[in-house]
Amino acid sequence: MGIDRDTILKVSKLARLELKDEEIAEFSGQLSDILSYVEKINELDTDTVKPSDHIVDLKNVFRDDETGPSIKPEEIEKMAPQFEGGHIIVPKIIEGS
Amino acid sequence: MLYKYNFEELALLLERGEVRSVDIADSFLKRIQNYDKKINSFITVDEEKLYLQAEESDARRKKGGELSRYDGIPIAVKDNICTKGIKTTCASKILENFIPPYNAAVYEKLKGSGFILLGKTNMDEFAMGSTTEASFFGPSKNPYNTEKVPGGSSGGSAAAVSANLAPAAIGSDTGGSIRQPAAFCGVTGIKPTYGRVSRYGLVAFASSLDQIGTFGNCVDDAALLLSVISGYDKRDSTSIDVEVDFHPEKLRDDLNEIVIGVPDEYFKGVSEDIRNNIEGKLKELEVNGAKIEKISLKYIDYAVPVYYLIATAEASSNLARYDGIRYGYRSDAASTLDELYSKTRSEGFGKEVKRRIMLGTFSLSSGYYDAYYLKALKGRTLIIEDFKKAFSKVDVIITPTTTTTAYNLGEMINDPLQMYMSDILTISANLAGIPGISIPAGLDREGLPIGLQIMGSHFREKKIFGLAAIIEKICEPIHPEI
Repeated sequence: MGIDRDTILKVSKLARLELKDEEIAEFSGQLSDILSYVEKINELDTDTVKPSDHIVDLKNVFRDDETGPSIKPEEIEKMAPQFEGGHIIVPKIIEGS
Repeated sequence: MLYKYNFEELALLLERGEVRSVDIADSFLKRIQNYDKKINSFITVDEEKLYLQAEESDARRKKGGELSRYDGIPIAVKDNICTKGIKTTCASKILENFIPPYNAAVYEKLKGSGFILLGKTNMDEFAMGSTTEASFFGPSKNPYNTEKVPGGSSGGSAAAVSANLAPAAIGSDTGGSIRQPAAFCGVTGIKPTYGRVSRYGLVAFASSLDQIGTFGNCVDDAALLLSVISGYDKRDSTSIDVEVDFHPEKLRDDLNEIVIGVPDEYFKGVSEDIRNNIEGKLKELEVNGAKIEKISLKYIDYAVPVYYLIATAEASSNLARYDGIRYGYRSDAASTLDELYSKTRSEGFGKEVKRRIMLGTFSLSSGYYDAYYLKALKGRTLIIEDFKKAFSKVDVIITPTTTTTAYNLGEMINDPLQMYMSDILTISANLAGIPGISIPAGLDREGLPIGLQIMGSHFREKKIFGLAAIIEKICEPIHPEI
């Protein structure tokens, strides 16, 4: 299927990507081509086929609920883009007040 | 000349006290200083830390406390594998200055055997690409011809081993990212069975497909290094507890006991030189006693569509964590939280990563999920069944690793679909979770390496390595002129 500008804008909003005009045009063309190609899977008869989301037989892995060491605050401070007084700083979350 | 030796030779020299770890580190560091401006296979080489590790190793050995025979040998590690205190960038602007506070399981295991970290290798950003051109730090070059790509996404690891800038290397393979660059650079590269190696500390691209593996200049080195990093890890819920039975000394195999499956479909669209080379090797194996059986893997034409729908869907979800809050790049142009997310991600991710996040987000979005993502998961089942059927009749499958040898730099950059389709011979192994190796089988008319791929059933790495070691002996050894 073809991917128009509106679909690109909708998807980029979902993906939290802010695309430039030239990127919107480029992706619209490329994603349309890629989707037309991957639509080949519609030739497959999958009416009775179960989906595989994994190769491994996934089982719950349980552990005892015990405390253990975790990353130290100083390490987190080193990684965080903005850190103050033991907290990661972000822009104001509640708006309009 | 220490850079030319394999693991066994280095271990012997170390054991006899003829060389120190510091000498080996020296030898590779000099090579890197001399040649890596041209090849660009490393993102980070920390000279000071390298010598520190080498000196520690030498001190251990002096006291008779070496952690293994290989204590003190340096290894190159792909830059999507977390190394505590050493930058792990994924070749992305968004992680350009990220220093992990913990080690990946594979790096712990390497350290546990005394291997030391030579450096972190270049790659396509977040392992998304087949050329290493999608690196924020510029492309790596193919040591056989620096106008050609080394392949990707583990292109830095493959090129470093090929050019003797590292004795061996760790990479990751989501759709061929070890085997394809191994083929392009004329080295051995193995993607093991899904679950064989812990993914703890591997920066996730597509979690149901990602697997860590190894590169070496010979089959034994790739096997040895894989045996070091394999094993169950409770921190990876998909890790499987199964015996590691492929140490190099156990790899002797008898051709008379091997049934090799050859699928016609994997020779379609393959360049003449590659086809002739691989068919020649098959004939030679047959003459020497192997049984060759024609098989059919009829879903190959659906592998690329199925793979790119599943891999991008998983990627779009995995990469949601890069939001500029806790670590990594943060845009300074944002005034609201929502803007912080979207500006950080738009400024921090490169084009190929954005393209894949867009495709994955689309196929998971309401109204398209069933037609694309769910349908692809069903296609994956058919591909898995196809391999199961094949392995009920044959021990291993031999194919070319790639349809062409290394392409020109820039050739695929504006044609993502063409690049995706070039993965056709490697991605099915990831979809089915089976092991696959690429070994150098010779050169084409342009003097570029050709890769021969062996795939086996789950956890049959021993069979694969055993046969690879035999084929290695019938192949003309190749080396780049560097």
